[in-house]
Amino acid sequence: MRKISDLFKQELKAINIGLVSFKESLDDVGVKVIQVDWRPPAGGDEQVMDALKKLLG
Amino acid sequence: MVVKGIIKQGEYYDSVTLMLVARDATKIEGVEDAAVVMGTDQNKSILETSGILLDMFKDTIDSDLLIAVKAKDEKTAEEAFEKIDKLLKEKRAKTQEAGEYMPKSLEGALEFMPDANMVIISVAGKYAGDEAMKALQNGLHVMLFSDNVSIQKEIELKKYARNNGLLVMGPDCGTAIINGAPLCFANVVNKGKIGIVAASGTGLQEVSSVITNEGAGISQAIGTGGRDVKKDVGGIMFIEGMKALEEDPETNYIVLVSKPPHPEVLEKVAKLIKSEIRKPVVGIFLGGDPEVVKSAGAIPANTLEEAGLIAASLAKGKSLDDFKKLLEEREKEVTELAERESKNKKESQKYVRGLYTGGTLCDEAMLLSRRIIGEVYGNAPLNPEFKLKDSWISQENTFVDLGEDEFTVGRPHPMIDFTLRNKKILEEVKDPSVAVILLDVVLGYGSNMQPGDELAPVIKQAKEIAEKDGRNITFVSSITGTDKDPQDRKKVKKQLEEAGSIVMPSNAAAAKLASYIVKNLGGAR
Repeated sequence: MRKISDLFKQELKAINIGLVSFKESLDDVGVKVIQVDWRPPAGGDEQVMDALKKLLG
Repeated sequence: MVVKGIIKQGEYYDSVTLMLVARDATKIEGVEDAAVVMGTDQNKSILETSGILLDMFKDTIDSDLLIAVKAKDEKTAEEAFEKIDKLLKEKRAKTQEAGEYMPKSLEGALEFMPDANMVIISVAGKYAGDEAMKALQNGLHVMLFSDNVSIQKEIELKKYARNNGLLVMGPDCGTAIINGAPLCFANVVNKGKIGIVAASGTGLQEVSSVITNEGAGISQAIGTGGRDVKKDVGGIMFIEGMKALEEDPETNYIVLVSKPPHPEVLEKVAKLIKSEIRKPVVGIFLGGDPEVVKSAGAIPANTLEEAGLIAASLAKGKSLDDFKKLLEEREKEVTELAERESKNKKESQKYVRGLYTGGTLCDEAMLLSRRIIGEVYGNAPLNPEFKLKDSWISQENTFVDLGEDEFTVGRPHPMIDFTLRNKKILEEVKDPSVAVILLDVVLGYGSNMQPGDELAPVIKQAKEIAEKDGRNITFVSSITGTDKDPQDRKKVKKQLEEAGSIVMPSNAAAAKLASYIVKNLGGAR
């Protein structure tokens, strides 16, 4: 059975879905990361509002 | 004054990118306001409130990009449009640079990187939960930055993760450090033997920074999101995080950071510490009773700083007595500084204005200040009776959290964009009853990259305004971060000190200093 602590023994390799700045900071510290060119599924978008509400707070 | 607009169909950018572009456009001389948003109903209502919802925008849809500029004349508006266009093109080029492959979906990303082990999700809450479940089903750990994910979804995700040995950090998880990598809003810390589980993002940042600044280091820092320790979620990931750190051979000490967990969750934590955890545990439950932490079998800390200092002392092989000595020295320093700063004030000057960008830091400051100067006013006060009638107008001792909704609608978070707080600083110094201005500065990835350049000149200007009126205002700041952060704590500290601010080693120390000054001046309740 897989355990969370197994992750700590592996090299971190990340997939980033959303804010590009999170990918850039991982690039900056040399972590392998791939950005998904994500779009709202039905062209809908509440992202700005969500981010405004919380944007990192 | 003219208001001009442009619509770009089918151009999609993330919200942070757009807000930063808009902010840069407002820096052009003669531009009063600029908005760059996707055409959702909610965004249109923000434009309406700001008085820049043009008729041409009314029938736009979610996938349209709307650009509105309010400027002194047509020429300036055109200049702003050109700048916005240039910035957007630059952003797009940056993300597509060197032909970097950008898959359209998680599945596509996995084809390209089949050994990926972590997915970071920051899309809108209504989509984020499904993306997270997809990641878990593919055997991937999840960092869920998004908020507005339903509690039902959170429980579903976390139960699935628990059953499959996976992490779900979040929703609403701002920061984590996994295998040394700073995720989302995190600081660049030393590698070391201290593991953290935190249900508070800025709490985690403050503790991991204090540990690093003391010369110790972090093995893993797991965020859970604030709701994890509430009754409904029942601490699923808090508990799993603790277990994972117990199993991790690189972790020798465990620090728990949270607001007081629900009693049922606390009971589970206590039971786990007693039955399974053999490593020393330090606990800071902000606003909770330290005795409760003690009864759970952990070493209690009174502040985030204390939690970091205790853990660092242990990791450096020092005893708790050594830590107590260090704490006493720091307390003495604070009271001496308070004495000095109380001497140069006019009789009218009695109060502190805390202008915070970090919610947890604001909470911690209020908890500490309450013990020294009594209840303080605020937009999110500890005692609801002390809620400001108008969040924009301070009275007596006031602590405002500028990251709350009423301040952030239509603009980036104050940790990124200093404009609002800088404006508030210049307003507060005009109040003759103000003696102290208390500030937090949070460094790390995601935050403002030039905090010293943007804040120091305002502190200087504010002090000059007061001095012209014959008043000396004490600025007290704390910097959450490390010398390894991209902003460099040492550099920022120097800039703030040169501008005339006292820089304390922690948020707790800053809040105490400000409060002792107020107490000395007779501003306590």
